[in-house]
Amino acid sequence: MELLYALTLGILTMSGVYLLLRARTFQVVVGLTLISYAVNLFLLAMGRLHTGMPAVLGKAEEYADPLPQALVLTAIVIGFAMTAFSLVLALRAQGELDTDHVDGKGDN
Amino acid sequence: MNQLPILPILLPMFMGALLLLISRSSMPLKRGLSFLAVVVQIPLAIALMGQASEGIEVYAAGNWVPPFGIVLVVDRLAAFLLLVTAVLASCSVLYAMRGDDNLGRNFHSLFQFQLMGINGAFLTGDMFNLFVFFEILLIASYALLLHGAGSSRVRAGLHYVLLNLFGSALFLLAVGTLYGLTGTLNMADMAQRIAELPEVDAPLIGAAAMLLLIVFGLKAAMFPLYFWLPRAYSAASAPVAALFAIMTKVGIYSVIRVYSLMFGEGEGPLAWLVNDWLWPVGLLTIVLATIGALAASTLNGLVAYLVVLSVGILMAGISLGTADALTASLYYLAHSTWISGGLFLLAGLLARTRGPRFGARIVPGPQLPKLMLFGGVFFLSAISIVGLPPLSGFIGKLMLLSSAGTGAKAGWLYTAVLGSGLVVLVAMSRAGSTLFWRQDAAAVPGEPVDALRMTAVILLLLCSPMMVIFAEPTLDYLNAASAEIFNPSGYIERVMSTQATNPGGQP
Repeated sequence: MELLYALTLGILTMSGVYLLLRARTFQVVVGLTLISYAVNLFLLAMGRLHTGMPAVLGKAEEYADPLPQALVLTAIVIGFAMTAFSLVLALRAQGELDTDHVDGKGDN
Repeated sequence: MNQLPILPILLPMFMGALLLLISRSSMPLKRGLSFLAVVVQIPLAIALMGQASEGIEVYAAGNWVPPFGIVLVVDRLAAFLLLVTAVLASCSVLYAMRGDDNLGRNFHSLFQFQLMGINGAFLTGDMFNLFVFFEILLIASYALLLHGAGSSRVRAGLHYVLLNLFGSALFLLAVGTLYGLTGTLNMADMAQRIAELPEVDAPLIGAAAMLLLIVFGLKAAMFPLYFWLPRAYSAASAPVAALFAIMTKVGIYSVIRVYSLMFGEGEGPLAWLVNDWLWPVGLLTIVLATIGALAASTLNGLVAYLVVLSVGILMAGISLGTADALTASLYYLAHSTWISGGLFLLAGLLARTRGPRFGARIVPGPQLPKLMLFGGVFFLSAISIVGLPPLSGFIGKLMLLSSAGTGAKAGWLYTAVLGSGLVVLVAMSRAGSTLFWRQDAAAVPGEPVDALRMTAVILLLLCSPMMVIFAEPTLDYLNAASAEIFNPSGYIERVMSTQATNPGGQP
């Protein structure tokens, strides 16, 4: 499971970075979203990967750490707001600058 | 339990929320409430400074004892930065009250939320909470930066937002790694655990620390992460740009706090691991910001590069790694924040007086009304920011240079700081003589000078002579503050020994 998990994170981040470097606002926003997914999964993994463990101390030998899940929840909420904001900003940039390049350059 | 430490967060939060609720009511009411809320923070910060002088104050939010709950920690450094923020914010609101807040309906509530984020970042003693407050101040700053229209603002805002979104992702990665290895988020607890970690984990912790340095460096605008700043700051409206002068300092504060507490003395192979990086990066920032200042074509662009320059000087000062250098850096931090904030306000006022055709561009413009006043204020702020006697910039730089001692490092620091001082002097004199002495005869002047705006500028710039007059108590306080920073065990013990109030009692 660890290998699959790590590969998923790697592919998500890789795709995200690739899209970031495309320098088109919509792709950049999608890229940032992918990176934030990868980060959220990473945070979850930092509580160690367990299945079927109780989240309470003393009930079993090992336990699932509930704190990273709370962190992920916070990070998701913040990330969601940020993505919404950057989308609105990207739309406004498209309207004002007449291009979707992040530096506001034309296509030619 | 002493409830004072949480007030600098709650006050702007509730005021911001209230201002949202009454966003359709009259502007004078909103202005009055907003101004009241920021001015009250000045005595509040002074009271907290008084408390912090008697010992570090720990506030366990919700009565959850550390390391399980979130703590707010008021030490001398945090209280001092609260004061710097409150003074800067009061003058910015005072300036904004004369019309800069009219472009959008929610200027004042956004301003309050931004203050909440800044104050929270200074106060918190929890790593993840630091991330949350960073996000709060960033979200508010995005909206404030884009406040009012203009394609240059949108373009600068786009860079700023996207870069900081990426920075947030890195911050989470670093915090996640630290949590995964130490199992705690409380900074004091984390510092203890990092010191006890086995040798094999050191590289991972080091990697997380360097990721954090990138995040803080992006906030602080150090080389090579400063390219967004000049454009964003010169596109922002004057009061917003003035408030943003403290935002780079939030990055500097985080560097001081995190690396002295968690990666300072007694952390084995990780002790002071960033100082070797901060030193060259600081010097390079100084050099590049100086070149940028010389090349700037507008007055706010010039001031934006001066902000970057102050970041470079602070980075170099912090990386010297002595208590004396830290004291000097903190003094310089307050000085540079206030004076560059004042210069941003002055540039905004000048742009209004010269009319939209000339703005703050450094070209000959119309004959200015009240030339003596304008020129005098500019002159004083210029000699203060350049670091000529008798104002505060001189004292700050002098202390910083003398704390470098003798040796190769001192040689580099003297060359960089004094060389950049000379070049900035040239840039400021060129800007001043073009703006105030040369005139375009055919030009029509813009608005008349607004007395209240001018008052805000002068009040902020008065901080410079005040810092000279009250240099001794200020330095006593800052010496104690940096002694505290260099003795992290006191901080750790104080936080970890916090008890719940009324333990076992019924609510």
